Amino acid sequence: MTVNPEVVEHLIEDSVDVDTSDDLGGREVGRARVRKEDYRLITGRTKWTDNIQLPGMLHLAMVRSPYAHARITSIDVSAAKTSSGVVAVLTGADVADEQGSLPTAWPIVPDQKAPPHPAIAVDHVAFAGEIVAVVAARSAAEARDAAELVDVDYEELPPVLDLKEAEKDTVLAHPDLGTNKSAFWQFDSAAAGTGGSVDEAIEAARRDGIVIEREYRQQRLIPAFMEPRSTVVDPTGEQFVMWSATQVPHILRLMLALTLGVPESKVRVIAPDVGGGFGGKLQVTPEEVITFLVARRVGKPCKWTETRSESLLSAHHGRDQWQRLTLAATKEGRVTALKVDLLADMGAYLGLVTPGVPILGAFMFNAIYKFPAYQFNCTNLFTNKTWTDAYRGAGRPEATYAIERLMDELAVEVGVDPLEIREMNWIKHEEFPFTSVCGLEYDSGNYEAATARAKELFGYDALRAEQKQRREAGDSVLLGIGVSTFTEMCGLAPSRVLGSLSYGAGGWETASIRMLPTGKVEVVTGTSPHGQGHETAWSQIVADRLGVPFEDVEVLHGDTQVSARGLDTYGSRSLVVGGEAVLLAADKVVEKAKPIAAHLLEANVDDVHFEKGHFRVKGTDHGISIGEVSLAVFSSHNLPDGVEPSLDADATFDPINFSFPHGTHLCAVEVDTETGKTSIRSYVSVDDIGNIVNPLIVEGQMHGGIVQGVAQALWEEAVYDDQGTLVSGSFVDYTLPTAADTISFVTDNTVSPSTTNTLGTKGVGEAGCIASTPAVVNAVVDAVRHLGIDDIRMPCTPERVWKAIQSAGAHAGEATEQAQEHFAPGEPNQDTTTAPATGDQS
Amino acid sequence: MTKISVKVDGALYSDDVEPRTLLVHYLRERLGKVGTVVGCDTSNCGACTVHVDGRSVKSCNMLAVQADGHEVTTIEGLATNGELHPMQKAFSECHALQCGYCTPGMIMQAIDLVSENPNASEAEIREGMEGNLCRCTGYHNIVKAVQQGAAATAQAASTTGGQS
Repeated sequence: MTVNPEVVEHLIEDSVDVDTSDDLGGREVGRARVRKEDYRLITGRTKWTDNIQLPGMLHLAMVRSPYAHARITSIDVSAAKTSSGVVAVLTGADVADEQGSLPTAWPIVPDQKAPPHPAIAVDHVAFAGEIVAVVAARSAAEARDAAELVDVDYEELPPVLDLKEAEKDTVLAHPDLGTNKSAFWQFDSAAAGTGGSVDEAIEAARRDGIVIEREYRQQRLIPAFMEPRSTVVDPTGEQFVMWSATQVPHILRLMLALTLGVPESKVRVIAPDVGGGFGGKLQVTPEEVITFLVARRVGKPCKWTETRSESLLSAHHGRDQWQRLTLAATKEGRVTALKVDLLADMGAYLGLVTPGVPILGAFMFNAIYKFPAYQFNCTNLFTNKTWTDAYRGAGRPEATYAIERLMDELAVEVGVDPLEIREMNWIKHEEFPFTSVCGLEYDSGNYEAATARAKELFGYDALRAEQKQRREAGDSVLLGIGVSTFTEMCGLAPSRVLGSLSYGAGGWETASIRMLPTGKVEVVTGTSPHGQGHETAWSQIVADRLGVPFEDVEVLHGDTQVSARGLDTYGSRSLVVGGEAVLLAADKVVEKAKPIAAHLLEANVDDVHFEKGHFRVKGTDHGISIGEVSLAVFSSHNLPDGVEPSLDADATFDPINFSFPHGTHLCAVEVDTETGKTSIRSYVSVDDIGNIVNPLIVEGQMHGGIVQGVAQALWEEAVYDDQGTLVSGSFVDYTLPTAADTISFVTDNTVSPSTTNTLGTKGVGEAGCIASTPAVVNAVVDAVRHLGIDDIRMPCTPERVWKAIQSAGAHAGEATEQAQEHFAPGEPNQDTTTAPATGDQS
Repeated sequence: MTKISVKVDGALYSDDVEPRTLLVHYLRERLGKVGTVVGCDTSNCGACTVHVDGRSVKSCNMLAVQADGHEVTTIEGLATNGELHPMQKAFSECHALQCGYCTPGMIMQAIDLVSENPNASEAEIREGMEGNLCRCTGYHNIVKAVQQGAAATAQAASTTGGQS
């Protein structure tokens, strides 16, 4: 094939110089670009997995256990098999030899205990919602009709549902395992040589200082991505093609191969457009394995799409910890030690990274502070509930919540403003880089600057004055002000660190850049976006590095046949790790093009420099664009001797350190003491996420993250009844915030560039969700603290807040007796019926 | 099976449907209108919102047979002659979408809200969008987009002599 260069020439932009008329100097990085992804999303042309229709495709429906803990005594599938349109009905026994055990990539200790995790239960179910059979039929409706006809006999076993009960090992989630304890993991600063002894510091503080002991509950949450999970598998004869609503197509491909013994090269996984994840789609699911197995068995394409109820019941949950905390400090409020004892609920099984989630938090309890001694003890426990795994922040929101709640308690003990106690303990900006008591090196940050900016935007002092005034005036609606100064570790992750934590993979990311003959650019990334806007942000990075128009860059992702290697998207890693790989690949393209450009320009390579898309001979206006070089490489008619005729380049980046975004979030709430209702009045966040590639995307990430964190503080909880049935199993009961529940936020940034990647970025995907939960709860407690309340368990529903106020009143003397009498049992009145006094759901 | 005739995005369809078929399943599976999506099974999320005779309806909350003789507009039928509806543009310009799964329903609901109340306040917009769930944006930019889309729709109507 030959191409006339002149014909192609006109396709290349006349000039690749970009507009330099604004204060970005023509740079794309830093520009609030409207996203490339949007067009297909606003016109309904999005490629969701559930949209896929293939000739002869069958639809699957799962039969799930209604019991939290039971033995399967028999399954009768005869009626289902003869139902209209049914092609196959498979039970665990039918696939026992081929289904393997679902993978866990993170054995946090060598003796970690875990039950086998079959995709279809064979003889024992350990949570309500576990799959016991699958039906394949011509239509989704026929599959569901037939699933109703599968007759399963169960012998019920006692379930263990409560974490503290599980710790006692009296009722076992998996009797064959002999214990509910999966693992115990400890970090101790004295043993690690990174700090002193917590026990000594706590003893010293008991003698002459302050010791604060608290127990906090991290309730169970459900990620609740908007796109229900869906999987299509096409067994083409040559290979298995799987489309799945997943965050991790590359990991999924590898794990399918390892779990099912299929050659990795025979599996292609495609994550088409994916509708949100928040960690909830960072999983290798039973349903993906089952769809694969059924498609292989029947030799036909198969599709499974979940209902929302199935999703809430069986997609992994998040959080669920008890945190016992001991904070020691001097009388002045300088923290001398922090001891953390965690009970972490794994649920019934270990998912992909389930055991490691609390460990990700282990390094963040010390947060932005200089603690001389620190100890973290974590016990991972099994219960008969849906298994937990990563949910936005994964371990870090839990840690941040604990320490930011404690710092407020310390401020109260010392009698100073919560921001003052934080400043007394935080790392000063001139102390960076700073090695934390966990041994992590925080590369950059400026907590003073972010806090000062946040206070200014919030009107902190005026709000404090108003709070005082309203309290004194006896206002029944109280103002509360909440503070959260947080940091997180992002950019997962340096491979060596992951190795030292026994994680089963590295933390690098790859990118490829392919220069097309017309000067257009294809970027292949190993990250797998599901709402984050990588197509836009990566285009901005490449446009700057190659000096080509933003519009000329096309970003390809989410298909293992296109992007052969990658470690996907989670842990605020994509820009910090994957973006750096993109940048490095672009720089390699320039390096490859340079000698070719010099040859074409008949100049010495040392005299050629690259600027804004052009190779120029120093001291002349003689130049050639990178697009023209690309065309010359394509034709290869006139290349220097020994030069490979390609401008494509691959790069893989393995970070040398995590990144450490931080910020100060301030929240004002109004708590109605008569109804217990909390309303958010204002919310300010000032985040330092390093340099910003696209401010529009960053703001969006902050808004969404903040609301997810607020939702944990005020509204959301996955609730089980005492039989182990998920009560909050639909959107009627699992109360996602609506537009009417939320407010508009004030978001701003300070910038301390990260020193560990070229762009100086830190990551933003989880920041809002990590910071906002303690800010809100601190505000709620602050509103009612003068009534004698120092904690309200999340979510701070009107019922809980109201009960806390009543019970505080009950302990406060004369007024209290009246209140008790007023609300005494047996004297029903309007108030008691609107605010039921039943026990707390745990 | 029941015979129905429905006009969807300007084209007329006559089909035999199972009486239990939901409108959203008819749209997606029979007509290939996969721009309209399903997000829940309790009519809470609003991802499947379409217009029936110009008013927003959650298409999971209506049977296909109930649409017989009516006119349905989906997200795919909003643009005219390749020109996006002002609300579609506003959602993109205000970055009112991230994963985009809720977006078709959000846009359809926003258009209905604005046609009913062109000068809706922020509080009215928040109340009016309450039946549509988004997990990504925190609603901040959705509210902004509805405001911008309302202004742009009004402007478009004034320049075309009252046609929106």
